[in-house]
Amino acid sequence: MIEVNQLTKRYGRTTAVNNLTFTVRPGRVTGFLGPNGAGKSTTLRMILGLNQPTSGSVTVLGHRFRDHPRGLRHIGGLLDAGDVHGGRSARAHLAVLARSNAIPSARVEEVLREVGLAEAARRRVGGFSLGMKQRLGIAAALLGDPPVLLFDEPLNGLDPEGVLWVRGLFRRLAREGRTVLVSSHMMREMENTADQLVVIGRGELIADEPLAEFAARGTRLSVTVRTPDAGVLTGLLTAEGAVVRPDGEGGLSVAGLDAARIGELAFEHRILLRELATRTASLEEAFMELTADSVEYLAGDPR
Amino acid sequence: MTAVTHAPRAAAPSAGEPPARFRDLLAAEWLKLWTLRSTWWAIGLSGLALVAMNANGALADYNNWPHYSRSIRAAFVPGWSLGDAFSNNTGICLLLAAGCIGAITVAGEYSTGLIRVTFAAVPARRSLLAAKITVVAAVMTAYGLVVAGTSFWITQAILSGRHAGISVSYPGAVRFVLVSALLAPVSALVGMGLGALIRHSATTMVTVVVLLLLVPNLLTDNHRWEADLNHALVLRAWQRLKDVGPEYLPPGTPGYHLATVAGSWTVYAVWPLVAVVVALTVVHRRDL
Repeated sequence: MIEVNQLTKRYGRTTAVNNLTFTVRPGRVTGFLGPNGAGKSTTLRMILGLNQPTSGSVTVLGHRFRDHPRGLRHIGGLLDAGDVHGGRSARAHLAVLARSNAIPSARVEEVLREVGLAEAARRRVGGFSLGMKQRLGIAAALLGDPPVLLFDEPLNGLDPEGVLWVRGLFRRLAREGRTVLVSSHMMREMENTADQLVVIGRGELIADEPLAEFAARGTRLSVTVRTPDAGVLTGLLTAEGAVVRPDGEGGLSVAGLDAARIGELAFEHRILLRELATRTASLEEAFMELTADSVEYLAGDPR
Repeated sequence: MTAVTHAPRAAAPSAGEPPARFRDLLAAEWLKLWTLRSTWWAIGLSGLALVAMNANGALADYNNWPHYSRSIRAAFVPGWSLGDAFSNNTGICLLLAAGCIGAITVAGEYSTGLIRVTFAAVPARRSLLAAKITVVAAVMTAYGLVVAGTSFWITQAILSGRHAGISVSYPGAVRFVLVSALLAPVSALVGMGLGALIRHSATTMVTVVVLLLLVPNLLTDNHRWEADLNHALVLRAWQRLKDVGPEYLPPGTPGYHLATVAGSWTVYAVWPLVAVVVALTVVHRRDL
């Protein structure tokens, strides 16, 4: 259980995290979502006691993490797969961490096998691909068999097999009763991973709810209609109370009427339809819509 | 990929968490140092080079001996014999090698980002840094003793061919070897302090060179204030402490200020002490 309470972090004039409050519960995978620069990594660093909050507090199972003299049995964290010394072998990297926390060296071999790096254990980390470094970072997080695990963008650089494996691993860790917090800036990554979502933008909380509820926010039904008589049909649909917009690809995007009613209207007025399709907004769109106002670095024209 | 089976576990830390022991941190830092190939290279090669430099100086005196005047031959023992045992240039090189090795043990961990993993694993940051300092200081002391001891033995063996070698039982010889050996941990600790303060490898290296080598070479002993500043530097302290024979004291020109031995020992102690305090303070407070 991670309790984030009115957490604020300022760097000079920039506010990275602003009055953030949420709770991450055990037994499920919680997605921590936000656009680049939303304050995800800063929050994770404050949970791990690496950064000092300007105000507010974070506790893990009721304790400030920094009050533990040794950390690996309390939180396993993967912040950045690149946070390793390229000159050490994978095994040596883990052996040093294990030794500092009095974890038996047999556990190093165990986690190496678990993440699929047993064959590469003797190789220097500098020659690892990003995917292999992610696996090494996950191995380090698992070393202490901790009840709380944090992963910052763990899917970056993993191949499809790796992504599947990581998802399975997160689910298993949650099933075992652990608290699992996984950050990402890609909603799609969360769709098949998380049960609960914490969404932030510009350092502020936007949503904290089950994935299904979050997804429901974005399911504004819209119907795509393609017809040679776009003008006539638009008039008819608008008269029925629908909102009609050109979808930019030669068709119409209709909101407020379902496909069946649109079909009836067209039939009654002998209008030829070439396409009639219901579209539900994806999670990605729900996320984009919610965070549109809070994107820190926006490409293209300023809004 | 073999999945390791875990029994479903309670959402609390392992009940049997072992107590946090300092010796685990010492063992981890020891492992951290020696699992890097660059440590072996840096310590091995620089050690060999330093001994070779000293041996080369003694060899030059051995070869030039027939051309030395009677007065030089008469005055050779002990001042020049000791001078060959650890030459000034070798001392400068030891200072830089040890300073940079110390600096990289700390700055390297910051510049790779490893420091975040390290401090997430050991939130007791000061304990961890104290362990690192203990390990590096011990290793560098051993390194200094081996380099200075071997240099003394080889150079005096070479000079004994001209009956100009001295034994370690000669008055002042032990102090000479010890002072030169200690230059290694003193410089390494200064490097570690700068590494913790600056946190960037390249900038730390440049600062080590400027502070340990360049500044003492810009200062003279011609003014009281300048001499005071000069005598407060590590290189000058080593030079003062290793000069045991009266013939090595600078000429008594008016206005020329000489460092005291006690003062130089203090300088030898204060620099690493300040470096350690600075390192422990900044590492505890700073964000990562």
